[in-house]
Amino acid sequence: MSTREKVRHLLEQSGSLTLLLSLAAVLFALVAGAIMLVLTRHNPAVAYAALWKGAFGSRRGIGETLLSTTPLILGGLAVTIAFRCGLFNMGVEGQIALGGLGAAWAGYWIRGLPAYIHQPFALLVGVLLSVIWGAIPGYLKARFKMHEVITTIMLNYIAFNIDGWAVAVGGPMKDPGPLPASPVILATAKLPRILPQTRAHAGIFIALACVVLVWYLLFHTRLGYCIRAVGLNPTAAEYGGINVPRHLVATMAISGALGGLAGAVEVLGVHYRLFEAFSPGYGWDAIAVALLGMLHPVGTLLSALLFGALRSGSTLMQTVANISRDMVMVISGLVIFFIALTRPLGGAVHTSRGGQSGADLDA
Amino acid sequence: MQIWMLSLAMLASTLRIATPIIYAALGSVMSERGGVINIGIEGTMLLACFTAVVGAYYWSPWVGVLIAMATGGLMALIHAYLSVTIKTNQIISATAINIFAVGLPNLVVPIIWKGHHAVSPVVPRIPDVRLPIIANLPIVGPVLGHQNPLVYVALILVPVLHFILFKTRFGLRLRAVGEHPRAADTVGVNVARMRYIGVISGGILAGMGGAFLSIGYMSQYSAAMTQGRGFMGLAAMIFGNWKPAGALLACLIFGFADAFQAAAQSARVLPISPRLLLSLPYIMTLIALAGLVGKSIPPAADGKPYEKD
Repeated sequence: MSTREKVRHLLEQSGSLTLLLSLAAVLFALVAGAIMLVLTRHNPAVAYAALWKGAFGSRRGIGETLLSTTPLILGGLAVTIAFRCGLFNMGVEGQIALGGLGAAWAGYWIRGLPAYIHQPFALLVGVLLSVIWGAIPGYLKARFKMHEVITTIMLNYIAFNIDGWAVAVGGPMKDPGPLPASPVILATAKLPRILPQTRAHAGIFIALACVVLVWYLLFHTRLGYCIRAVGLNPTAAEYGGINVPRHLVATMAISGALGGLAGAVEVLGVHYRLFEAFSPGYGWDAIAVALLGMLHPVGTLLSALLFGALRSGSTLMQTVANISRDMVMVISGLVIFFIALTRPLGGAVHTSRGGQSGADLDA
Repeated sequence: MQIWMLSLAMLASTLRIATPIIYAALGSVMSERGGVINIGIEGTMLLACFTAVVGAYYWSPWVGVLIAMATGGLMALIHAYLSVTIKTNQIISATAINIFAVGLPNLVVPIIWKGHHAVSPVVPRIPDVRLPIIANLPIVGPVLGHQNPLVYVALILVPVLHFILFKTRFGLRLRAVGEHPRAADTVGVNVARMRYIGVISGGILAGMGGAFLSIGYMSQYSAAMTQGRGFMGLAAMIFGNWKPAGALLACLIFGFADAFQAAAQSARVLPISPRLLLSLPYIMTLIALAGLVGKSIPPAADGKPYEKD
């Protein structure tokens, strides 16, 4: 270990360096984004003012920020827990797609349930679908050593096509109306709104509960300990008597559950029906959210709030300054880029050094 | 007779559809033979799709190809800097490229073309060529005789890269830094430089794949148009055991799955919804990878940063 690494290690132990670096990453991304806006002939001051105003400037804006934060917390937790086990879950977007499908189906198909049963039931159906969808890459990794980056991405496209098929003409969930969408869910399945005159819904409480749950799971249970042990060094974990393949599958199933919950909450709280590509890319933002959140549930919560604000503000930015909402994805990319730049081989993001963890791409 | 013609046409379209995947696979081979994993091939290709269209719009399709290659090289340079020099986690650095590449074109499209959002207008594409003698041959003619120049380039690159990798001093050095960087270093090979060359040449190849997709196969840019082909290239490389020829075979299988679902859709021969059939290439990719458990071995130092002591 070189001196530089020792210093880094000490600072990381204190946790202050990673926090500082996360803040720097945000600053870097915003400055680089501003330069990009100037290059594309926009006024960054106008753009960022619209972004801020859109996110926090009005009651409605705050509601939209909470609304976007909700799936980002859940998606970020999905990426976080997988990362802790040394797995790169790039499949959150697909897990969102299927979680939404399951929730929508249970939301309009099942009748006669009281709201306090219908809502959790619809959430559960969505989660079950995405648990399967998450467990598949876990199993393929454990059994066939197939790299989860490739399998989760392939499964994303398959999931998108399943959604598209379900609501296309002739599809099993197609609404009789003209839209390529499912029927609207029943009132008993809709998550209640929490702020008058906004679309913010009770899903945020579910997301907050999951932050606590994942934190407890990771740091205060045997399962969480094993997950982290596998992530740090699977070979050592194996010698220590941990069943590595089983933990890979279990972790991906939990990760899939969280991703699917994001989709289910989005359908039951915002759209009230399934349509294709209802997620504007939350599954991709989730990767930036998790990395920026230092792969810690609380950090994930904070960075989800930041990206939620960016998502919500970007709508106004698009209207006022005529800048594509996809500016958020550019900022996501820049944030990850900066984190990659400043945390070589360090921090909680484990690398392939010594051949362990998710980065070694064997068949 | 009609079925016969149809299947030949399907083989021709298999080749076209496989071409961007071939470029992605060859790019991955170059990168990983040198020991650097680049899952950013997908985003690199997507960005190259976009810059190729810009080049074709302002100048000419061939300028578009050159700009796309430069784009690919530049994105790969960033990845090489992060993974070779900074020694960061290679998956994370490439993920940044993949996400960035989805967002950036959507930001620029409305500026270049007023009123356009996720899709560019139609631009001039690289015209197909007809090979003089081959086009008249039976069977081979309808499949190979009349294709885009970039299809032929991809096919020629397969043996060329095989030769470079396995029969030249350069290839030996590149493979050495991917297999055993310390040994290569000891005998005086500049590990970092070789790895940069591997990654950047891989990026240039991905750029050519992007150019083919947007101004060879199609003639415009549309958001996220690569549709996972970069990742399929990665899978093809693994399937092909990190060798160009093996990767080509996998690309043709994936291309065939895509051509088959397109043909089945238009002919309506299968009682399956067209939207579900769209998943066929992705399912084939998963099956292909699952089918070669333990038979495919990556370069020993693949994905591992090299540190001098």
